[in-house]
Amino acid sequence: MVKKVKLRILFLLAIILSAILSVFLILKSLEKDVVFFLSPTDVKVLKTIDTKKIRVGGMVKDKSISISSEKINFVITDFKNEISVSYSGSVPNLFAENKGVVAEGFLEDRNYFKAVKILAKHDENYMPPEVKEALGEK
Amino acid sequence: MFKLLKPNQIFEIASKLTKFISILFIVVLTIGLTEALILSPEDYKQSHSVRIMYVHVPAAWMALGIFSVLAFLSLSIFIFKNKTFFLISKSLAPSGFIFSIIALVTGAIWGKPTWGTWWAWDARITSMLILALFYLIYLLSWKVIENKERAIKISSLIAIIGAINIPIIKFSVNWWNTLHQGQSIKILSDSTIHSSMLLPLFIMTAAFALFSLLIFLMKFNTEMIKIKNKGLDRL
Repeated sequence: MVKKVKLRILFLLAIILSAILSVFLILKSLEKDVVFFLSPTDVKVLKTIDTKKIRVGGMVKDKSISISSEKINFVITDFKNEISVSYSGSVPNLFAENKGVVAEGFLEDRNYFKAVKILAKHDENYMPPEVKEALGEK
Repeated sequence: MFKLLKPNQIFEIASKLTKFISILFIVVLTIGLTEALILSPEDYKQSHSVRIMYVHVPAAWMALGIFSVLAFLSLSIFIFKNKTFFLISKSLAPSGFIFSIIALVTGAIWGKPTWGTWWAWDARITSMLILALFYLIYLLSWKVIENKERAIKISSLIAIIGAINIPIIKFSVNWWNTLHQGQSIKILSDSTIHSSMLLPLFIMTAAFALFSLLIFLMKFNTEMIKIKNKGLDRL
């Protein structure tokens, strides 16, 4: 009986370890796809610029949004590097300067990104407007 | 302690408790929903859509918590052939599955106005979908496998392997860039949710926990009755 229990524990350990190992290897090899977006710094160190659709994310730089008749231009920054983005179409409500954003589209070069879709990224801060105001005054 | 976990004992306690817990659940849910939908403030950025969080986050917590319990029970089921634990985990799984679906659906409803998309193949969201699938496979394994001994063995293996996904869900937002925001409630430092919003969040979590307990007790009693009327076991 005890021997059987020991065998089952061994069997389980083997299964769990091999499952963890395979999940780890899969995630490692898919890392490029698991990451939802690249930061401007990641874009800077890209080896090759291909024509595949990618996502670039970060903060919308302060005072960088300019809206012309058919285009929205803005700058995504991760406070180390930045990248200019141009986009035409509608943006989500939460799209604003100093807020998180993820742009989906094509890299023209390391500094210029043509977006076809804009997603707003929400951060982990939740508070009532009055509290936000009080914080802003400080 | 194990005496208390005898199936018959749970059956007796459960029969008495269900009514009490269902009343308690309705009371706590009413307070929680009033707090969440009416009394709590709107958010400075997302205004009223923050209220979706009071369903989304507790549901996700419950789904993760129940699966963790499932995995621990399954370890003991697989190794020691514990006869009570498989009844417990079989009865826990349905509410965990429901909550994982609720978390995914409310997440999509929140994502549309906030992010601008219903769905994204983001690490957090995808791993949560995998959790829901594991729940589904777990539940199906009880239905599909005719041989009871084998059903116990295979379903507990499914729960144990599925548990590897739990830390991936938890830490997905730290390990990779994700569209989903990072955690707001931290154990070691201040949480980044204002206290007026934490209250409804915790009341709703209590309500969902009571709901899980209620479904668990009802399901457990059904299983017990099936066993007592032998032959009905596989129906």
